[in-house]
Amino acid sequence: MGTLNGLPGLYAATAKAAVQTQFQYRTAHYAYILGMVAEPVVYLVVWSAVADTHGGAVGGITAGQFAAYYIVWTLVRQMNIVFTPYGWEERIQKGELSGHLLRPVHPIHYDLAYFAGMKVVTVALWLPIGAVLWVAFRPTFDISPLEVAVFAVAIWGAYLIRSMLLWVLGMITFWTTRVGAIYDVYFTAELLLSGRLVPLALLPAWAGGIADVLPFKYTFGYPIEVLAGSLSTRELLTGLGLQAVWTAVGVVLVAVVWRFGVRRYGAVGS
Amino acid sequence: MEPDIRVEELEKTFRVPEREAGLRASVRSLVRRTTRDVVAVGGISFAVDPGEMVGFLGPNGAGKTTTLKMLSGLLFPSAGTVRVLGHVPSKREKDFLRRITLVMGNRNQLQWDLPALDTYAMNRAIYRIPEPDFRRTRDELIELLEIGDQVRKPVRQLSLGERMKAEVCGALLHSPQVLFLDEPTIGLDVTMQKRIRAFLAEYNARQGATMLLTSHYMADVQALCRRVVVIDHGTILYDGSLRALSTRFAQRQTITATIPDRTGLESLGEVVSVDGDRVTLRVDKDRSAAVAGRLLAEHGVTDLTIEDPPVEDVIEQVFAAGALRP
Repeated sequence: MGTLNGLPGLYAATAKAAVQTQFQYRTAHYAYILGMVAEPVVYLVVWSAVADTHGGAVGGITAGQFAAYYIVWTLVRQMNIVFTPYGWEERIQKGELSGHLLRPVHPIHYDLAYFAGMKVVTVALWLPIGAVLWVAFRPTFDISPLEVAVFAVAIWGAYLIRSMLLWVLGMITFWTTRVGAIYDVYFTAELLLSGRLVPLALLPAWAGGIADVLPFKYTFGYPIEVLAGSLSTRELLTGLGLQAVWTAVGVVLVAVVWRFGVRRYGAVGS
Repeated sequence: MEPDIRVEELEKTFRVPEREAGLRASVRSLVRRTTRDVVAVGGISFAVDPGEMVGFLGPNGAGKTTTLKMLSGLLFPSAGTVRVLGHVPSKREKDFLRRITLVMGNRNQLQWDLPALDTYAMNRAIYRIPEPDFRRTRDELIELLEIGDQVRKPVRQLSLGERMKAEVCGALLHSPQVLFLDEPTIGLDVTMQKRIRAFLAEYNARQGATMLLTSHYMADVQALCRRVVVIDHGTILYDGSLRALSTRFAQRQTITATIPDRTGLESLGEVVSVDGDRVTLRVDKDRSAAVAGRLLAEHGVTDLTIEDPPVEDVIEQVFAAGALRP
């Protein structure tokens, strides 16, 4: 790591700094992760209860499959923690963006590297929590090596797509100063149309149709179903392809909004 | 010789929202938002040669920081042109950013929870500094700044002065050719201010770096800069040598002398203080030589010094005098 230069060096050094920083706050992290686990556990308990009252399954999904879905959910959720619009607000209000602008590298690389580095710690801390959930809820898994391989790529695809989307949202701060309300709208849409609140298979057909043409499902539902669902090989690979498409769309959006946003920042200052 | 920094008719105007105080005005601003154009920098021109250290002086709100931000590419000028090392700063080209640095005394660029050494490692990658050069420069800077122990502690545990020195070290690892220093000693005690000054002078001597420095501490400017640019309300009031500033604008001088016979001193000038035999007089500059002569001849003076007033006072007179150029 010591001799890497340029972007690989930046990613390595920043990710390392993120790991070191996170280790300093492991207790706080555990509390944070436990708080995050509460959300899917609530969904899981509700859906398991509904499944029990419907002869053991809802929409063809059994209690064991619900358990598998929401346990994988907890891992996917760790992976798609990214730099949020709230972070953007603070960065601009405190003038921290100026420091990033003085560096001869696009600031998104720092965020991507830092939050990727965080995963090393958060996923390590998640492992015992995942094990407890496994024992408590007895998930039903039927996993092939291909699914494991696709999942390993898809969780990073989810990370990249969500990073790009929230970066674009965050950049609205260049124009509005406060972006929290817009983020709330995004969050609601994501909750309903990503597979975060409910597996997409249980959505009405019209809602499922909307979810299919939006990027949200590729940040939650798709990677979860790769491991916990029963996607065909074609669906597995198509999903990866669509993740690549949405990542590319995100990159273009970031580039365009950044170009205008920085001009705006340069006009108004911090 | 081509200057490192060339600024011509540089302007920056901000459009700021404006409303009266109170609930009614607040509600009205929801429907009808009024704005006002504020001229932060109003058409300034100057150039700084390679290796030159220039003090950029002015009261709060004079336009100093706005100018430094335009020179470092953080702000787009409203009008005029800027060239730094041949680059247009607002384009933020990588080659430009690798050759400059902006140190702001009130901003923290170091990773808060980690030792500064870890941030330095990130900077090495960001600026593509070859490992041997990085180690050499880092160790030299750490030695010059005397922060060998501090760079191994998490930044959050450092005192303000220690943190500032660690910041300066991080900002110079890539050996920038042009340094913009905005209040680099703000909030530091006198000893720490002296160390930072000594370091900057040493860095300039070693690297031949060009520096543009703003500071409210005149001691910084006096120690480092032969030339000053004085700015107020976005316009340049003075651009020339610090020595000439005093000569030009100081209208009175201070004579301090040990005077056994103090009769009739009031007729020579304003008696500022009397401490035993030591007397301080303030006299018009064009009369100081004559007054000194009379003190020596008529009052049995044993020692005598004539001084210009403190630079702070001179600067104040420059602001009062308005736009005057040497």
